Amino acid sequence: MSTEIDTARAAALLDEAPLKDATLFRFATAGSVDDGKSTLVGRLLHDSKAILADQLDAVARTSADRGFGGSAGGIDLALLTDGLRAEREQGITIDVAYRYFATDRRSFILADCPGHVQYTKNTVTGASTADAVVVLIDARKGVLEQTRRHLSVLQLLRVAHVIVAVNKIDLVDFSESVFREIEADVQKVGRELGLGSDGIADLLVVPVSALDGDNVVERSERTPWYTGPALLEVLETLPAADELESHLESFRFPVQLVVRPQGALAPDAIAGGLDVEKYRDYRAYAGQITEGSVKVGDEVSVLTPGQAPRTTTVTGIDFAGAELTEAVAPQSVAIRLADEFDVARGDTIAAAGTVRESSADLYAALCWLSPKPLREGAKVLVKHGTRTVQALVRSVSGKLDLATFNLEGASSLELNDIGHAQLRLAAPLPLENYLHHRRTGAFLVIDPLDGNTLAAGLVKDHPGDHEDERYSI
Amino acid sequence: MSTFLTEEPTLVNDAAVSTRLSSLDTLESEAIHIIREVVAEFEKPALLFSGGKDSVVMLHLATKAFWPGKVPFPVLHVDTGHNFPEVIDFRDRTVERLGLKLVVGSVQEFIDRGELAERADGTRNPLQTVPLLDAIQSNKFDAVFGGGRRDEDKARAKERILSLRDEFGQWDPRNQRPELWNLYNGRHTVGQHVRAFPISNWTELDVWRYIERENIELPGLYYAHDREVFARDGMWRAVGEVSQPRPDEEVITKTVRYRTVGDMSCTGAVESAAATVRDVVIEVAASTITERGATRADDRISEAAMEDRKKDGYF
Repeated sequence: MSTEIDTARAAALLDEAPLKDATLFRFATAGSVDDGKSTLVGRLLHDSKAILADQLDAVARTSADRGFGGSAGGIDLALLTDGLRAEREQGITIDVAYRYFATDRRSFILADCPGHVQYTKNTVTGASTADAVVVLIDARKGVLEQTRRHLSVLQLLRVAHVIVAVNKIDLVDFSESVFREIEADVQKVGRELGLGSDGIADLLVVPVSALDGDNVVERSERTPWYTGPALLEVLETLPAADELESHLESFRFPVQLVVRPQGALAPDAIAGGLDVEKYRDYRAYAGQITEGSVKVGDEVSVLTPGQAPRTTTVTGIDFAGAELTEAVAPQSVAIRLADEFDVARGDTIAAAGTVRESSADLYAALCWLSPKPLREGAKVLVKHGTRTVQALVRSVSGKLDLATFNLEGASSLELNDIGHAQLRLAAPLPLENYLHHRRTGAFLVIDPLDGNTLAAGLVKDHPGDHEDERYSI
Repeated sequence: MSTFLTEEPTLVNDAAVSTRLSSLDTLESEAIHIIREVVAEFEKPALLFSGGKDSVVMLHLATKAFWPGKVPFPVLHVDTGHNFPEVIDFRDRTVERLGLKLVVGSVQEFIDRGELAERADGTRNPLQTVPLLDAIQSNKFDAVFGGGRRDEDKARAKERILSLRDEFGQWDPRNQRPELWNLYNGRHTVGQHVRAFPISNWTELDVWRYIERENIELPGLYYAHDREVFARDGMWRAVGEVSQPRPDEEVITKTVRYRTVGDMSCTGAVESAAATVRDVVIEVAASTITERGATRADDRISEAAMEDRKKDGYF
């Protein structure tokens, strides 16, 4: 009834700089049904003290009702991530669930992806925004076909960091040889896929026991042969994807809308002393920087589909009354340009000279996420950046066997297939290779009839262009 | 009251290689991106605004998204008729200050017309669904912004940022669109609408730290004050017109504050001496009870209470 105060925790969190300056890190989990993923997630939340007393009480009651007698004080940690009633009744997980916890270094957003038959759909969804993905392996089973599938999807989605947690290490008596064998298998699969080899993605392997907490938050004394960091330490120190991309790629800014208030200035801004004369003819382009950074005075290209890129200069970067000199991804800002071009939603502002002409021919890898299969000749919608256009599926040229990484002949794609297709767009788009641009190289395929999302699309280079071998699926 | 007010984003040296935004700036940018997407892609959005802290933060983000222009959509409030008077007053002042249009859906009017029945427990929160859907349909709103956060509840943890609702306002948790990258799919057919939750990824602590940083005004009952209360269902209830103690419930004066400001008939206060926003930030950081568990009687009815209400078209 009264709010209980844990002053030690409050002090740790709020003691000046750490919380104020904490950065955000997004990660996802992927695993097979029985490899203890829910327990691992529950353990991370529990040991990082993200679970509050009333949630813990509810879980303890349920654990007792079900006669759970494990460790952690008789609490079934997997129940902490139990979601909807339908899931509890059926003992399954339906959908990606998002969890939040913080340490004094970082705030974490965890996309908890269920690992049953819909694993591709869920893993693609969780991984699309993740800085890192934790893949679970049962130490008693080692690398399974499912593991290869997961790693394959993560490689395709170009997740910056892949961490393989070898779980249930307690059930193999904390055996170093078992761990080393699995580690070697994982690295072998990684090499086959090209993970960890190009300086972007890396692949780490950590022995853990989610049930007992070994190497989850604290390093375990029961694995003296493992000298690396615990899982949470890894997550606290890896660079985020924005950080890695900021010096690999140039500035990209899809225009969301034009801010042009004309007479309709905000009354609260006027009351706060806004210079009404100065803003009478205000015109700026609002959006979120997807990659890189921009400074006032930078030369930029404006890409309007169907037109040659136009070059101009950034004269201002505004954010809610503050005039910035520089902005970085993923900031939402409003940009003013020197020339009075006709710029609209759907256009992209990019660092000058770094983008090629828009194209109406789209070559892509498609992760098919709908029960409605893809057929050649289908009419769909493509949403890319801030623009949606009609498209015709000209051909499906194969689908990937995720276990062997081989391309099989196919003329259609079913739910959870990943394949290669060519589309013809009704209007050209500023397409970029997903390998180099995780935002402007991504698109959605949408069903024009009911509006549902059919596929996640990854732009590939046109045949004949320089093409990365890993993408020639 | 506020220890610091930052206009410029806080850039953090997270690693030697480059400069990164702070967690709060990243969340703010994400929310503004979503608000702008919805305004660009929908015909007629509206923002659910109750005067509660999450909706106040939402409105603040909207003012930043469209600065120096006006917020380009109306606000919608479902009034249970049992709201705290000071919150209604705050709502009206805010709407006036920002020059917004206010649309009110009234639970009382539905009860008076016989279209809704008062519940035996006197709680009106669950009754908001019908007036909400009525307001959405009669105003032809196709997108409705809400301040829902995924850390609040197990059902919300699984809801998309853009959540499709059918003709009856229902949420189908088993049939949600995958949400990929920052590409939001808001397509809908006639009769459907979309609920948009731009602060899905914020925690209660993020909200309070943001209120502090941005110096955002809230209704006074979020801060410690003396109030006549009585104990019921393990929480302190305010004595008011619609919330009367039973003979066996002793009325005492306590220093309390509210962590949520819903319907008076089901929202409880917590004992607290947190009189400033800084005090509250520290208290929230240290709290060992989640906000809904501490102060909402309606969520205690069953573990699946929120899931059931959302399926029926609740926020």
